[in-house]
Amino acid sequence: MMGGKTIATTRRLMSNRLFLYGCLTATSIAMLVLGVLMISIALEGWSSVSWRFLDSFASRKAAQAGIKAPLVGSLWVCAICALVALPMGIGTAIYLEEFAKRSRLKHLIQLNISNLSGVPSIVYGILALAAFVRFFGVSTGDAPWSIGDPESLFFVQFPFGPSVLAGGLTLALVVLPIMIIASQEAFRAVPQSLRQGALALGSTPWQVIWRVSFPAALPTIMTGAILAMSRAIGEAAPLLVIGGFLLVFQTPTNLMSDFTVLPLQIFNWAGRPQADFHKLAAAAIIVQLVVLLFFNSIAIIIRQKLQRPLQS
Amino acid sequence: MTHSSALVTPMDPATTTPSTPASTQDARAAATAPQSAISMRGLNAWYGTNQVLHALDLEIAARQVCAFIGPSGCGKSTLLRWINRMNDTIPGARADGTLSLHGIDLLDRALDVVDLRRRVGMVFQKPNPFPKSIFDNVAFGPRLHRVYTRTDLEELVEQSLRASALWNEVKDRLDSSALGLSGGQQQRLCIARAVAIGPEMLLMDEPCSALDPRSTASIEELIRELRASYTIVIVTHNMQQASRVSDSTAFFYEGRLIESGATDILFTNPKNRQTEDYVTGRFG
Amino acid sequence: MIAVAARTAAEIAQRGRPCSLRVRTLIEGSIKYLLWSLTFLSVATTAVIIAVLASETYGFFTTTDHPEISLWTFFCGTEWSPLLGAEPMFGVLPLVAGTLLVTTIAGVVALPIGLMTAIYLSEYATARRRTLLKAVLEILAGVPTVVYGFFALTFITPYLLQPFSSAFGTYNAMSAGIAVGIMILPIVCSLSEDALRAVPQSLRDGAYALGSTKFDVSAKVVVPAALSGIVAAFLLALTRAIGETMIVALAAGGLAQLTANPTAQVQTMTAYMVQIFLGDAPAAGIEYKSSYAVAFTLFLITFFLTWIGAIVLRRYREEYE
Repeated sequence: MMGGKTIATTRRLMSNRLFLYGCLTATSIAMLVLGVLMISIALEGWSSVSWRFLDSFASRKAAQAGIKAPLVGSLWVCAICALVALPMGIGTAIYLEEFAKRSRLKHLIQLNISNLSGVPSIVYGILALAAFVRFFGVSTGDAPWSIGDPESLFFVQFPFGPSVLAGGLTLALVVLPIMIIASQEAFRAVPQSLRQGALALGSTPWQVIWRVSFPAALPTIMTGAILAMSRAIGEAAPLLVIGGFLLVFQTPTNLMSDFTVLPLQIFNWAGRPQADFHKLAAAAIIVQLVVLLFFNSIAIIIRQKLQRPLQS
Repeated sequence: MTHSSALVTPMDPATTTPSTPASTQDARAAATAPQSAISMRGLNAWYGTNQVLHALDLEIAARQVCAFIGPSGCGKSTLLRWINRMNDTIPGARADGTLSLHGIDLLDRALDVVDLRRRVGMVFQKPNPFPKSIFDNVAFGPRLHRVYTRTDLEELVEQSLRASALWNEVKDRLDSSALGLSGGQQQRLCIARAVAIGPEMLLMDEPCSALDPRSTASIEELIRELRASYTIVIVTHNMQQASRVSDSTAFFYEGRLIESGATDILFTNPKNRQTEDYVTGRFG
Repeated sequence: MIAVAARTAAEIAQRGRPCSLRVRTLIEGSIKYLLWSLTFLSVATTAVIIAVLASETYGFFTTTDHPEISLWTFFCGTEWSPLLGAEPMFGVLPLVAGTLLVTTIAGVVALPIGLMTAIYLSEYATARRRTLLKAVLEILAGVPTVVYGFFALTFITPYLLQPFSSAFGTYNAMSAGIAVGIMILPIVCSLSEDALRAVPQSLRDGAYALGSTKFDVSAKVVVPAALSGIVAAFLLALTRAIGETMIVALAAGGLAQLTANPTAQVQTMTAYMVQIFLGDAPAAGIEYKSSYAVAFTLFLITFFLTWIGAIVLRRYREEYE
């Protein structure tokens, strides 16, 4: 019994081995896909990436087209999205984790937020079209109400129309649930003993949050925020719905400017039959991925440098 | 808000610009000499529907060390957490009867608990320094309550660290993380942090249970020194510890106060059979 | 009132911050309500989405130009041709079938690979390999979906599918499905891995102590114990697949047909919405309104699936916490 292996044991060891090979194959597929994706795009697009490509506007001729408008547009939209989604997401998370008592209502809100995170982004586009672009169809006569000079930085009109502001707000809607959930997890990871310690020193509830919980949660929140922003910068569908322009010949000058973003430009070029435009799409993808990689490396640096253990 | 004005103590940081926590205590000692700091009459407490304290009557003398002993789940930590109202953070915690600190009703719903916790510091079972520098940990409490100049704050931090016998070990690395300290040092830092806001009383919830014997000895030493300036209540599982550091001892069992009195008498000549069994190690 | 203000001013002058209970309560209260209103705004989004979709959908069903449109013809109609001919047909089933076909292919690709990778990560991989693989998955998760669409169109179809069979056209459900599968792979993988790692080590130790092989432990102890978490991960990933827009808009084609043939081109619900909002239809027309009805259908499907996923997930979290 102890010396030889029974047939049953041999079969079990066989299945053990097969299973490991199965797992290894699955894992290598994931690696392989990423490799093939990167290489095929690099091969197709590398020759088109140039300074001229970055610094030119769209064109009917593939040889003259560039991505200045979408690149700058992406940055504008993403900045607006961050300014709106980060405070709202963190604020909501603070309320839910630090103030709201365990109740049926809180449970419902929680369920609602996780449901919102599953709503397809294109549906947010429809909401944004109604809410930001058209203000629910409020009639403003022949022309929209406006404040300020159309050329100035502070020009605002109501409804917003398919402007860069509407675009940023749309993306803020898309990433808000992600931001809330990530921040909530960050606050939940702060040990209760730290809050107790602060309370016992005579902190008010807000002082506990501002001086203990929030600083302790910040690195995790930042990581979540950067992931949310990389989601935002890659979104095309909701912006397509609100009427993000496919051909834009200037960079935004104020919140009411027309705009396009990189993913929309990629979509536009990729959808054309000519191979020259596919090369341009691949080149734009390279730029997009470089921007994303930059975002991600910031997230990784933050995680490694700032995230100290909360308790030894 | 009568209580908030009643709770403004002579050592309020506003009126006495940073002086030693110890010396303010001395100044106040003349006014409130030997009398009981905490007194409770018929104190009952519940978590939800579960009654955890039954009709407690106890006086805790000012500027002495009082030890709460008893087996796990006997309610001693609950009682401690009522004294600085940390139980407010637990949903479903409630109490009736009387519990007062120098005549102030601690069960009053309208009591300013933030102000109460400034007067009654607390040290927890597991050291819980904030993930900040040593300096910022000690300065945390004072900064909550008023704005200090840097020099005043430095002076206050030094005094608090001296008072908790940590100054010599950390004076060269005040700006390094508190999480780099050893367990015993962390616990003394937590005591320094509590002392820095100038409390009149310190509550310690099994402060040594997470520490090795050497660190335990240093904390016990510290408690004996702090006795001169503060009323101290310590919850402990360790019989020897209670007999080493405390002046008086209260023995709890299943939410009831079985016996209380001077420590040497309670340990050598307990009146109650259960107390005798517990202190001699026959159960618990 | 004035007295309180004066005293507070004095306190601030002296200590740098107010200390009286009343002022503190006021400040704390206002912060709390500010945060509460942020929460309310976030949650109100759902209500506004439902209101907008519902009112436009109502407009679609009650339109007088097309009296033949009813709930019955919409949900059970087998022909969807809103832009063709004199008599447009609005039966949503072809769009639903297109979505279902793409999602099924994506599921077949992503669920087994994702789960196996998750098992490898949680049970077999060394710490170093785990870090590396997690990084790869994170990059895959961050790639914009329009990039996967481009990949499907310019790589999967011409280099993987067409050499295999000439039945595959430029646009087909298969390449879109595979690309969507690659897109949801990191979601399946990281959520399943979370579920697997939440299984207490003691369960594994117990099984090893009985002489189990690693396969026995993984397949017969850990996976069953984490099953509800894995199911939730699958549901959430499929929800993402159903709602995916850019990949199908680029690679699946634009012809709505009721088919299960993966070599054929199909139109999904999301791809139809893209077609309409890209401006092929006049903004007041019936085609335009039909996209809201489609959006509402899509919203209800995904909302329902996420809801079930959240419930399953909650159940498994409670098991070990």
